[in-house]
Amino acid sequence: MTLFDILPSLAGGVLIGLAAAGLLYFNGRIAGVSDILEGLFDGDAGARAQRLLFLLGLVAGAGLYELAGGTAPVARAGFPPWLLVVGGGLVGVGTSLARGCTSGHGVCGMARFSRRSFVAVGVFLSVAIGTTWVVRHVWGIA
Amino acid sequence: MRASIALSCGLVFGLGLALAGMTSPQKVLAFLDVAGDWDPALLLVLGGAVATAAIAFRFVLRRPRPVFDARFHLSDARRIDAPLVVGSTLFGIGWGIAGYCPGPAVALLAAPGNPELPLFLGGMLAGIAACAVSRRRAGRAGERIGDG
Repeated sequence: MTLFDILPSLAGGVLIGLAAAGLLYFNGRIAGVSDILEGLFDGDAGARAQRLLFLLGLVAGAGLYELAGGTAPVARAGFPPWLLVVGGGLVGVGTSLARGCTSGHGVCGMARFSRRSFVAVGVFLSVAIGTTWVVRHVWGIA
Repeated sequence: MRASIALSCGLVFGLGLALAGMTSPQKVLAFLDVAGDWDPALLLVLGGAVATAAIAFRFVLRRPRPVFDARFHLSDARRIDAPLVVGSTLFGIGWGIAGYCPGPAVALLAAPGNPELPLFLGGMLAGIAACAVSRRRAGRAGERIGDG
């Protein structure tokens, strides 16, 4: 891994941390994407609008990166479509039950030193590593 | 004011995700695949984000309230319960299969031609909706506290 690989990863991480800090400082809200998605249909109109705007901003930020010459994510050839649907369903149900994902528990929760978040991250990270191993090296799907 | 803050924080968040390569499932899976050609990038991204947020949150949470709201909307849940562990397990399986977590799945809307978008995002939204509906039916909706 060269400096060329390290710098964008670290800088991207710092930007994510700053965005989470800004949202808490100004609006008193946690930048957790799964919770924000679920909250789109819940609560008063003002809170719902804030959530929608955060998500629009997220898409715009990724789009801005692509406009500036960054590469857009590309689809995998030969990855079974049904597996993407099942993966999406599991991510949706799982993050909803656990009340948080990589951003809510991973970034914000750990930054608040929440014990629940440390447990969540430990579980989903180790289960994801095990699952990727099975999918790639046992089933041979990549 | 709250609206423009939400929009700009989302924008910086999305820019950070994309810059770090975390919008690409291949890059995420290259981290999760410890038995393959391992790429530690995700660790640097998460470390950078948590360190930045942890330092900032210390100062932010010393304030009596946020700048544009009457109070901080934080979860006060403490218990390590079954939904937390079971939910995180299911999330880990889905993440390990597909390489998308919720943030990057939403960011995929910036690449609308990508055929993986409707499949994953559709599945994910259906999963979230199913949980939200069953929670509401069980009467445990309560107030949203922004736990995650």
